[in-house]
Amino acid sequence: MEIDRDILLLMLRRMWMIRNFELKVMEVHSAGEFAGAAHPYIGEEAVAVGACAALEDTDYITGNHRSHGHPIAKGGRVDKAMAELYGRVDGYCKGKGGSMHLADYSIGILGESGILGSSVPVAVGAALAAHIRGDKFVSMAFFGDGASNQGALHESMNLASIWKLPVIFLCENNQYAVTTSYAETVAVDHVSDRAAAYNMPGMLVDGQDVVAMYEATSAAVARARAGEGPTLIEGLTYRFEEHSLGLGRVARGAYRDEAEIAEWRKRDPLDILEKTLITQGIATREECDAINAETVKEVEEATDFARNSPFPEPGDLFEDMWANPIPLP
Amino acid sequence: MAQTVFLEAINQAIQEEMRRDESVFILGEDIRRAIYGATADLLTEFGEKRVLDTPLSENGFFGAAIGASLVGMRPVVETLTSFMWVAMDQLISQAAKMRYMFGGQATLPVVFRASMFYGAGSAAHHSDRSYPMFMNMPGIKIVVPSNPADMKGLLKTAIRDDDPTIVFEDGTLFGMRGEVPENADLPGEELLVPFGEAKIVREGTDCTIVAIGGAVNHAIATSDQLAAEGISVEVIDPRTLVPFDKQAVLDSVEKTGRLVIADPAHKVCSAASEIASIVSEEGFWSLQAPIQKVASEQVHIPYSPALEKHVYPDVPKITAAVKRTLES
Repeated sequence: MEIDRDILLLMLRRMWMIRNFELKVMEVHSAGEFAGAAHPYIGEEAVAVGACAALEDTDYITGNHRSHGHPIAKGGRVDKAMAELYGRVDGYCKGKGGSMHLADYSIGILGESGILGSSVPVAVGAALAAHIRGDKFVSMAFFGDGASNQGALHESMNLASIWKLPVIFLCENNQYAVTTSYAETVAVDHVSDRAAAYNMPGMLVDGQDVVAMYEATSAAVARARAGEGPTLIEGLTYRFEEHSLGLGRVARGAYRDEAEIAEWRKRDPLDILEKTLITQGIATREECDAINAETVKEVEEATDFARNSPFPEPGDLFEDMWANPIPLP
Repeated sequence: MAQTVFLEAINQAIQEEMRRDESVFILGEDIRRAIYGATADLLTEFGEKRVLDTPLSENGFFGAAIGASLVGMRPVVETLTSFMWVAMDQLISQAAKMRYMFGGQATLPVVFRASMFYGAGSAAHHSDRSYPMFMNMPGIKIVVPSNPADMKGLLKTAIRDDDPTIVFEDGTLFGMRGEVPENADLPGEELLVPFGEAKIVREGTDCTIVAIGGAVNHAIATSDQLAAEGISVEVIDPRTLVPFDKQAVLDSVEKTGRLVIADPAHKVCSAASEIASIVSEEGFWSLQAPIQKVASEQVHIPYSPALEKHVYPDVPKITAAVKRTLES
């Protein structure tokens, strides 16, 4: 598959944006600049970026708890994302959502769910609307290997298959549900094997290779737009950092082998893409470094934007409950 | 005016709204063949894409309705109260919370129609009257109609409302006949009942009964019987619990000085509890006697009719409660 240079460079930019965003989040979170949990996506950037590069702004996605990468991959704004993490009024959700609930309805980001597997039926519903109205958009549900054990996912895959809905079930298999390994919790060798139970294609893809992710997802999107139904894609990947910022200090007992972590770090998705671009003469080392530097600068500006944005006023507590408001009890 | 059966009123509301707005569609278990009657003939008129029979996957298809509502559809889900437990994650984590959590970006015009089949030997797994549990969770509007006209008018309003709504359809009323105005006789030629406006069903001066859902008929019967004894009872039907028309209740209690609340839900943290709490806080100086809650006993619904008949509010229990308020 010949991929347009612009798309390759866009994917590189978005991957660097996620990486640098997450590095910044780790820095400012450890400095105590904002509260709550945050789940770094470092190491998994190729999965969301490759998948979302196959989508249009009019397509929909839903995310999960480890979900700073998904909106950035779909073209969301890092300043509004960072301001949301800081709990400020200029955040995506005016400070009401935080790290696990980013959303941007202007570009099809229907929102993230801290309850895992719970956002998958929602993505199926967006696709159901396309099916009923005859629209051409598709929807994509991101979930992990942990959530692949949730009933919500299995009900969703069955519904999408019987109604031939334009959904892509996008599993980010980073091989650990917090501290519990894939082998301990999943009855099949690969999450993608589960597609067979719902009579849909299942694709196992190298989640460190953004080009492979883009190609697989493009095929699934084409199938969905053609009315041929859903696809389950498993991007096999690895979480380079701890499950959640701060958790490394409290968890008792190692659950991942140092050698395993080191082995996966050798397969950094950014290294893999840059090597491809440089060896194939698509971009130079300098061009790649410039893209990285530009995203560092943009993340820095986003952080300043977040720090300078005001906190919500106490009265904002009561806003955004209802579309057709009712009196407070 | 036409005499209409409660179930027909549901059917009319859905049919009219599906005709009016192409984004309205209905989904649920066995609805194409109208297993409970409310969805009769919808498949013939609106076709398979807008009348969807689902698998037994409440969490999945509740979520699908929620997702469809986010992108411009107006789904109507048919279900039973007791099946909502299976889909609680979608109802609470998604439907109730999404709009607030996403800073007002999400709009969810989705309706869940939940039948309450209590009082007919359906036993513990098919008899839930669960609206108080949803009153505790912000983000869902709650409707409990007590007669065919309100059923039709409130359901039509629910379908047009832009927030998630659960309409609790009282199974003890499914066969009830009542007057439903013809559209041609109405201003705007349609029946719409607004949310948050209680209805004074009987006017009275000695005691107020606030009754919910199927208990409204018992309250009316109580009022009629006590009138023969010279006791004047006012009956108020809140019609919607979220939003709740507290002013109508406070005004009535100011007039009568006494309050009985008849609620088919379990008595602990019931709708009756909340209404009693509101009147205690805001209407205390109007009261001449302690508030009386007549709600379901705090046990599961037993199968045997010999036991089940003792569970719910009925005319003797409500009558006794009114008389207790008058002893003071």
